[in-house]
Amino acid sequence: MSAPSVEKGIQFIREQIDAPIASFFSSCVHCGMCAEACLFYGQTGEAKYTPINKVEPMRRIWEQEFTLWGKVKSTLGLSRKVTEKDFEEWETLVYDGCSLCGRCSMVCPVGNDISGMIRKIREGFAVAGYAPEGLVGATKRAIEIGSPMGVRLPAVKAQIGHLQKDTGLDAPLDVKGADYMVLLSSMEIMNFPEYMEAVARIMKQAGKTWTISSKAFEATNSGVQIGVSDLARELVQRVVDAAEELGVKTVISPECGHAYTAIRWEGPNLIGRPYKFKVQHILEVLDEFRDQGLLKTEGMEEARMTFHDPCQLVRKGGVVKQPRDLLNMVANNFVEMKDHGAMNWCCSGGGGVSANERADELKFKAFKQKKSQLDELHVDTLVTACANCRITLEEGLEENEMDIPVVGLTELIADHLVQDKKEKA
Amino acid sequence: MTAEALLTWARGPGFDWALAIFVLGMLLRLFEVLSLGSKPDLAEGRGSGVAGGLKTIVTRTLPRSSVFAREPLRIINGYVFHLGFFAVLFFYEPHIELFETKLGISWPGLSTGVIDALAVVTVASLVLALVLRLTSPVLKHISGAGDYVAWAVTILPVMTGFLAYHHMLLPYTLMLALHLLSVELLLVVAPFTKLTHMFSFALSRWYLGYQAGHRGIES
Repeated sequence: MSAPSVEKGIQFIREQIDAPIASFFSSCVHCGMCAEACLFYGQTGEAKYTPINKVEPMRRIWEQEFTLWGKVKSTLGLSRKVTEKDFEEWETLVYDGCSLCGRCSMVCPVGNDISGMIRKIREGFAVAGYAPEGLVGATKRAIEIGSPMGVRLPAVKAQIGHLQKDTGLDAPLDVKGADYMVLLSSMEIMNFPEYMEAVARIMKQAGKTWTISSKAFEATNSGVQIGVSDLARELVQRVVDAAEELGVKTVISPECGHAYTAIRWEGPNLIGRPYKFKVQHILEVLDEFRDQGLLKTEGMEEARMTFHDPCQLVRKGGVVKQPRDLLNMVANNFVEMKDHGAMNWCCSGGGGVSANERADELKFKAFKQKKSQLDELHVDTLVTACANCRITLEEGLEENEMDIPVVGLTELIADHLVQDKKEKA
Repeated sequence: MTAEALLTWARGPGFDWALAIFVLGMLLRLFEVLSLGSKPDLAEGRGSGVAGGLKTIVTRTLPRSSVFAREPLRIINGYVFHLGFFAVLFFYEPHIELFETKLGISWPGLSTGVIDALAVVTVASLVLALVLRLTSPVLKHISGAGDYVAWAVTILPVMTGFLAYHHMLLPYTLMLALHLLSVELLLVVAPFTKLTHMFSFALSRWYLGYQAGHRGIES
C-alpha cells in the first residue's frame, strides 16, 4: 500500500457508495432503533455508539457528492467536508465500538444494512491510516507470514505430529483430489488443538478423505476485518489457488465466524469469479453427515448447556438450524438463551475487536450483555462454534468470575462418536 | 392579495407547481440512487434473492420483539402518526374529491367525526415524536436540521386542516389557503429531506432482503 492519506480515505469511501448504500442513506429517518440493537450502545449508554452514527462520515460524502441537494448545500457553504478530524474522531467508533455483529441491520425498519456499511467505511479508514495498531499488525502478519497470529507451517506440522503420536489419527497434508480441504484459524492452532483431532475423528468415521493445504491452512481473513479489500482478496486467492490446485470438492471453513463470511460470501466477489469448489462451514458439513447417517454418536451430556450463536454464522452466513440439530444429538439439557439464533447478542470480540488491544476495556463492558443473557440461564457449559467467540467468552467469563467452561461444538460431537468409544474399549 | 386570491392561487398554479416539483424531485432522487448500480453477487446462493427482497419489503413493517420491548412507546407512536396521517390524507371526503378530480378515481371515505378525532391523534402523536427526539440522547445525537424541517412540514398540513375545518384562529378562507400552501410546502420539501423514505424504503428493504434471500439468512 502507498502512503496513507485522508484524501485517499475519502476516495475509498466514495468508491464504496453504490445503489444499496445510497438507498440506505435516502431511507434513514433517524429513528434510533439501531441503537437499541447494539451491544456497544446498550452497555455504555453513550449515544455516539448508535450504529448509524458510526457511518456519519460516509453519509456526508454521499449527501455532498451524490445528491443534487447536497451539492447545492456544499456550494452555498452549508455543509461540512469530511476532514482529518473526523477520521480521528470516528476511528474508535468504526473499529473499537463495532464488532460487525449485524444486529442493527436486523432491526432497521427501512432495511438499512448498517453493519455492512460499517464494514465498508473501514476501507476508507484503513487506507487513510486510521486503523488500530492491533489489526494493522495482524493484517501485516497475515500477508507476510500467512497467519494473523504469526503461525507458520512448522507449527501446524507440529500439531499434526502430536495428533499422530497421541491418537494414531492423521491430518494429511496436500492430498490431491480429497473430498474436503480443511482450513484452520490461528486461534485453533495456537489455543484449541482439540479441533483438528475432532475433525480427524469425524472424517474417519464418515469415511471421507480430507487434507490440509501447506500453502493455505489459515482461514482467518484480517483483510476483511480491517477493511482492506486488496489484502482480503490476496488472502482469499491463496485458499482458492490451493483448493483448485489440489482439486478438492469442498473447502471447510473452521469454527470461526468471520472466516466463513469472508471465504463463503465475500470471497467470490473479492476475486471476481465464482469458485470451482464448494465452501461449507464445519457445522454444515457435520449436519450433512448427520442427515446422511454418517455421524453416529452415543451417550448424552447431562450438563445444562446452551449455544452461543456466532454473529457471522447466523446473521451473515445462514447457519442457524445445524448447531441445534447437532447439539440435540448429544445433549439432554440443551436450553436456548433469550434472543438466540438470528438475534443472538455478540460475544463482544468480533469484527477485529478482539485483535485490537486498545478496545479491551470497551469490549469487557460490552460483554456484560452476554453476561446478562447467561445469568438468566444458569448453565453448566457454554457451547459455541467460533474460536474467536470462544476466547472472547472465556476472557469475559474469567473477568466476571463466572465458572462456565466453553467448548467447541465440533469437539463435543467428536467426544460422542461411536467409533471413539470402541477404540477406547 | 386577498384571502380569496391566495386560495385560488394555492388551488391552481401553486398546487400544480408543488406537485410537479414533488414528482420530478422524487424521480431525481430515485435516479440518483439507482444510477449508482450494484454489482451482482458472485457467491453461489442458497436461496432466492428476489423472494428475499420482496418478503423483506413487507416484513420490516413490523418490529422485532426484542427491540420492541426496549422502546415500545417510540415504536407504537411511529405507527400512530403514520396511520393517522394516511387516514386523514386518504379518507377525508374533500380529499377524496380532490383525488377524483386529479386522478379520476375515488373510494369511500370516513365520517368527518372520525377524521376529526384522527387529526387530533396525529398531531398529538407528532408532538410526542418531537418530544422524544428532543429528550432521547440517541435521537438528539443523530438528528440534524433536516429532521426538524421534515417534522414541521408534516405537522403543518394536519394542523391547518384541523383549524380550517373548525373555523378556528383565522377566517376560514385564509386558513384553507394556508392549509393548501402547507401541503405544497410538504410536497416541495419532501424530495430533499428524509421524507424520501416514503418511496426509498422499498428500495433499501429490497437490497437488504435480496442479499439475505441469496444467502439464505433471516431478514
